[in-house]
Amino acid sequence: MSDRSLVQIAFYAALIAALGLLPPIAIPFLGGVPITAQSLGVMLAGVMLGPVRGALAVLLLLFLVALGAPLLSGGRGGLAVFAGPSVGFLIGWPVGAFVAGLIMQKTANYNVLVSAAFAAAIGGIGVIYAFGIPGLVVMTDLTFAKAAMGSAIYLPGDLVKVAIAAIVAQTVARGLPHALMSRA
Amino acid sequence: MIALQIPGPSWAHALPAHVKLLFLAFSGALLFPVKDPLVLGASVIVVFGFYASLGANGLAQLRLLRPFAYMLVFIVGLHALSGTLQNGISIALRLTAMVLLANFVSVTTRMDDMLDAVRPMFVPLKWIGGSPQKPALAVTLVIRFAPVLLTIYRNLQEAFRARTGQKSSWRLIAPLALQALRMSEHVAEALTARGGTKGLSGER
Repeated sequence: MSDRSLVQIAFYAALIAALGLLPPIAIPFLGGVPITAQSLGVMLAGVMLGPVRGALAVLLLLFLVALGAPLLSGGRGGLAVFAGPSVGFLIGWPVGAFVAGLIMQKTANYNVLVSAAFAAAIGGIGVIYAFGIPGLVVMTDLTFAKAAMGSAIYLPGDLVKVAIAAIVAQTVARGLPHALMSRA
Repeated sequence: MIALQIPGPSWAHALPAHVKLLFLAFSGALLFPVKDPLVLGASVIVVFGFYASLGANGLAQLRLLRPFAYMLVFIVGLHALSGTLQNGISIALRLTAMVLLANFVSVTTRMDDMLDAVRPMFVPLKWIGGSPQKPALAVTLVIRFAPVLLTIYRNLQEAFRARTGQKSSWRLIAPLALQALRMSEHVAEALTARGGTKGLSGER
């Protein structure tokens, strides 16, 4: 692994952490559910770095969290988050970043904005929920429908994040093209 | 560095990190299949006892778990709606015990000790031509990058406020991405200029 890859992986891990430190925004027209920017970082890691490096960036962040750094949104951290009900979402993060990165690579012929939005939606929402909701079912013994209902309140916020991830990818593709490593 | 830890010393700080991690894994596996609310309630009390044994600092730590309490209320509420209230209470107790126990290990173990305890996990990297030191370097980089990113964001925000009078806008995202990425490129170049990670493959 080159120095540049290593630094980029660390950079996106830090970005996910920094986005989690931003105060959550309650969107009034979405029912006032507070959304944090953290999963935007997961989408960006996959979209910008490609599958392997994207997944490694997310794993690196989760590793720091497990070591005891309070880097998840709301200052959560330590081993407790891996024993809590939302552990499935955390397991889904690296997989989601991997899938998002893979889609970016496979759709390299398309417009960056379009394929980044597609990659972020499938990887950052589809895959993460596909792990998170069954995780909730296992940890809380709720029915699948109830667990899905409880998770659905975050869906509008996640769609906003998909749009932002696509805009950022487009901006970087124009302003700093070699930094879009998933396409390099 | 921001960290969760309670200052030591105490009996829990004195235990080696890998012992605590093994104990945590073992109790997790033991508690997971339990359904009896009495047993689960007793384990919650035992874990509370662990925190109490650390004195006032330990008990203060419990207050930090308020967001988790909201989640529990939500889960119990959903169970009550489906008519499985008793099951919901068992699950809330089990989650409380497991989360508090995991948190207890984290707050009584320094990050350095934790890193040392899991370092053997990275030895297999050597077999595929990697270096077991690289993850440690990456950890250091993340810890340094996170505050730098926030500083870049704050500077952009300040400039934006000076120009427009508004506090913040989504328009800052693009310059933030570009500035931060450029900064990370400089770090990568500086790392290479100083010999890079190639030199890490040897002994510590």
